[in-house]
Amino acid sequence: MNELLRRSAADLAGLIADGEVSAAEVTDAHLDRIAETDGEIHAFLHVDADGARAAAAAADERRAAGEARGPLDGVPLALKDVLAQEGVPTTAGSKILQGWIPPYSATVTRRLVDAGLVILGKTNMDEFAMGSSTENSGYGPTRNPWDVERIPGGSGGGSAAALAAYQAPLAIGTDTGGSIRQPGAVTGTVGVKPTYGGTSRYGLIALASSLDTPGPCTRTVLDAALLHTVIGGHDPRDATSIDAPVPDVVGAARNGDVAGMKVGVVRELGGEGYAPGVEAMFAKTVALLEKLGAEVVEVSCPNFEYALAAYYLILPAEASSNLARFDAMRYGLRVGDDGTRSAEEVMSLTREAGFGDEVKRRIILGTYALSAGYYDAYYGSAQKVRTLIKNDFDAAFGAADVLISPTAPTTAFRIGERIDDPLAMYINDLCTIPANLAGIAAASFPVGVSADDGLPVGFQVMAPAMADDRLYRVGAALERELAGEWGLAKLGEGAK
Amino acid sequence: MSDSIMDGSIMDGSIMDYADALERFDPVLGLEVHVELSTASKMFCGCSTEFGADPNTQTCPVCLALPGGMPVINGAAVESAIRIGLALNCEIAEWSRMSRKNYFYPDMPKNYQISQYDEPIAHDGHVDVEVDGEVIRIGIERAHMEEDTGKSLHVGGATGRIHGASHSLLDYNRAGVPLIEIVTKPIEGTGARAPQVARAYVQLVRDLMRALKVSHARMEQGNVRCDANVSLRPIGQIEFGTRTETKNVNSLRSVERAVAYEISRQAQVLAGGGMITQETRHWQEGSGITTPGRSKETAEDYRYFPEPDLVPIAPDRDWVESLRATLPEPPAERLKRLAGEWGFSELELRDVVAAGAVDVIEQTVAAGSAPQPARKWWLSELARRANEAGVELEELAITPQQVAQVQALVEAKTINDKLARQVIDGVLAGEGDPEQVVEARGLAVVSDDSALGDAVDRAIEANPDVAEKIRGGKVAAAGALIGAVMKEMKGQADAGRVRELIIERLG
Amino acid sequence: MAQTSPETRLSADDVARLGRLARIELSPDELDRLAPQLEVILDSVARVQEVAVADIAPTSHPLPLRNVFRADEVAPSLDAEAALAGAPAVEDDRFRVPRILGEEQ
Repeated sequence: MNELLRRSAADLAGLIADGEVSAAEVTDAHLDRIAETDGEIHAFLHVDADGARAAAAAADERRAAGEARGPLDGVPLALKDVLAQEGVPTTAGSKILQGWIPPYSATVTRRLVDAGLVILGKTNMDEFAMGSSTENSGYGPTRNPWDVERIPGGSGGGSAAALAAYQAPLAIGTDTGGSIRQPGAVTGTVGVKPTYGGTSRYGLIALASSLDTPGPCTRTVLDAALLHTVIGGHDPRDATSIDAPVPDVVGAARNGDVAGMKVGVVRELGGEGYAPGVEAMFAKTVALLEKLGAEVVEVSCPNFEYALAAYYLILPAEASSNLARFDAMRYGLRVGDDGTRSAEEVMSLTREAGFGDEVKRRIILGTYALSAGYYDAYYGSAQKVRTLIKNDFDAAFGAADVLISPTAPTTAFRIGERIDDPLAMYINDLCTIPANLAGIAAASFPVGVSADDGLPVGFQVMAPAMADDRLYRVGAALERELAGEWGLAKLGEGAK
Repeated sequence: MSDSIMDGSIMDGSIMDYADALERFDPVLGLEVHVELSTASKMFCGCSTEFGADPNTQTCPVCLALPGGMPVINGAAVESAIRIGLALNCEIAEWSRMSRKNYFYPDMPKNYQISQYDEPIAHDGHVDVEVDGEVIRIGIERAHMEEDTGKSLHVGGATGRIHGASHSLLDYNRAGVPLIEIVTKPIEGTGARAPQVARAYVQLVRDLMRALKVSHARMEQGNVRCDANVSLRPIGQIEFGTRTETKNVNSLRSVERAVAYEISRQAQVLAGGGMITQETRHWQEGSGITTPGRSKETAEDYRYFPEPDLVPIAPDRDWVESLRATLPEPPAERLKRLAGEWGFSELELRDVVAAGAVDVIEQTVAAGSAPQPARKWWLSELARRANEAGVELEELAITPQQVAQVQALVEAKTINDKLARQVIDGVLAGEGDPEQVVEARGLAVVSDDSALGDAVDRAIEANPDVAEKIRGGKVAAAGALIGAVMKEMKGQADAGRVRELIIERLG
Repeated sequence: MAQTSPETRLSADDVARLGRLARIELSPDELDRLAPQLEVILDSVARVQEVAVADIAPTSHPLPLRNVFRADEVAPSLDAEAALAGAPAVEDDRFRVPRILGEEQ
């Protein structure tokens, strides 16, 4: 394997800036790696080799002219297919959008391009980000580089797998209920869900508008902080965007000092249903934080037990409305337009043909939850639970600077194992959902492999809204301590 | 009373005579008026709202509902909504939200309309309308913000009709233009005057929107659209009857006719022992009847919920009060005041209102013209030109100040009425202010008596017969000589002075 | 108005009605498969009613932002070509769609 592939994004940026390697070489190395491995991994839905080479060449020209655009100029990145990129096919993993080419770019995409990043292509995902395994993609599943019989998590399995397979040093994900963190956990990579409103949703194909948050997916904590800084910050095109500077996440990632930090173990996120190997690794990590000077306390968030239920009402309700625009009239798939059928019939036939099972299941569920006579019992009640969960967080953050838990109850499961059991699939999101409901910041950091099966385990850290920097302090501290037994080199062994 | 009833064009036996209907039933009205705001940009994106652009040239990822497009509220639309609410004597909500109204329709790109549901920006107001000298108070339930839809063109069927069309063509330029929907409380007790009350109310709303300058408020362009809810109950009954909602009643006359028609139609159904179906009906301008919409198996289920892409609107009280300070004088009071100040007859005033000339006349008077000449210029010469160009008086390329200047020149006898029309031509053609046009075109009347005297002498010489008649006392014959002089002077003479010179010589 | 029964019963007909509301032409097989799945999910998520008592205010936005407005300024639109580029069918610079059955709302 080309040694460039193992380097962090920060390192690559440094090598490019110093002229030791060109952005073109770095990009070619990654494109070659994709060509070699993606037949098996299927992390990408679309590889934009020409666009990437052109962007790399432009970065090299800028460097030659002394006009480099910041700390990640020329570094390649994989973009989740849920973000619009002008002129590049964007499908959100759905057949209903096959062949659609956006005439505009998402704010996140634009900021990446403006910062000089080289977008290699669009990564696979569960259709419209509905899923925890990437098996719901309309274009076939992505495989986990650690064990290709297993899922890479979801919905951002493509982005996580691309990192774990060394196809890209950086990726973008979106997290609605854990879609950045859970894939990070099961592929041994870093995934950060910024504070809701800390990264723009403009141009992100909406799943659940009040939950969706774009964020960085990387192999190192510093890389995540650098990428977070590029994509974060106020966007006037998104009315829910926070008008405040991005917290100093890069400083926190370089600091990594947890001495004196109060770390709260959430009592309700553990115990029954958690794999022994996951629990053991979590306990070991908590002990490590204590050793590093953190003060570990236990906190209780009693309403978290209702989080999953609230989430699986709020998400389908918002999604049923958000996905109404896929109607065969203005773009995307059109089925059954034989000159005799009405617009209504063509809409219904197209949506039947273009949406996969999970998408239909959630649209129907959401339609039900919002319909007359059921709104108060379902959607309305779920919004109240949301209040209770926010209150739980407020109380917990009164007692601790950050909260911690496993990221997911188990390691990567086998492809096909849970696909016919929606509830079993939804359990994956148990630990990650509360942060989305409350809009706070959360991240998953790799901390080792499970004794049960040798597969990666993630460690979740949660911080109050706009205190994203705390996540990075904890992540950096763990990374520094664990780099010997766990880290970049180890990660590579799993990848074929 | 209503034209449609009176002219018998719809007396096909299916509806009851209007007077008979009112003897047996008591109508209750509910009016929903949609006002298109005249903001520069759309409700949720920066696309222009300008009317008449080429199809689909004023669209973007937001208003086309491309994947990933999302709304941001136009602050000027909120400001207009609050001002409208205040002008309707409404409470302005301290906490208001946008909601999604979910239903599929091809002219609505997102397949939900961003509207307001249980938390409108303005609620619980009232306005007073006057019908036959009686003031009737109409309760306002709410005024809320929403967005307009695109426009569909139905192809392949009877001209432009949805039924029988083979396909439709969609233009989304109008999609996302801000609307304010104003909903009345049930209007009861109007009896036979219900159609006139409906008309007077819609006219009042229209005039209010113009006075507030929040909308072009042109019904013929669809800036103001009315849906009329009508129900009947037997005289003496308290409970409301089942209502119908007649959509797209888009002129004042149609409002009156549609309400009258529905009263007669429903009366016929009820009197025959039938039931009124709660349904949407459509006003047919040509035939003067309402026709049923497609019957729905079940009531629409719009699945309203708070719009998650937008955050709540909580207007600061200081802001609301500062907007209250910008409210214009209510149209009715203003008209009453102006009528007194100007000394117009009731008929003259009505013509001025109908021509939409109140503002321009007021400004012309403010610029120094007397009211009557101001009225004359705007309602004759300028109204004709506006009509020819298909624009409103305000849109003519002449300002009220310039009209006042034209009138000043006439009064100074620098020009006469005929020359004044040429001066107006010049101003409209962009040749500058009236004085500049007079100068550049050399339009001032010739007041030099020696030049005029020469022309008069020549006219007398050329028309000895006429001159003889005048000498003989037939002063009326002077017209022919005046005509000859004016012709020679190319109209640039004061006809009165010419007459004086002729009489001096021949009298 | 709230339906609070812990046991939700959904027939294939109910699901078909929801499918019509959501404009999805579900096949008979799908209706038979979806109805019991949705019942299981609904029974599970109905738990929210256990704690959602009347005096709790609902949260629809995670963060307490309000009054976010844009200035009333015209920004460039897409040109018609770009707007129509993804359309399944175009005629006279407009989106061509099958005949429309329903009435305007």
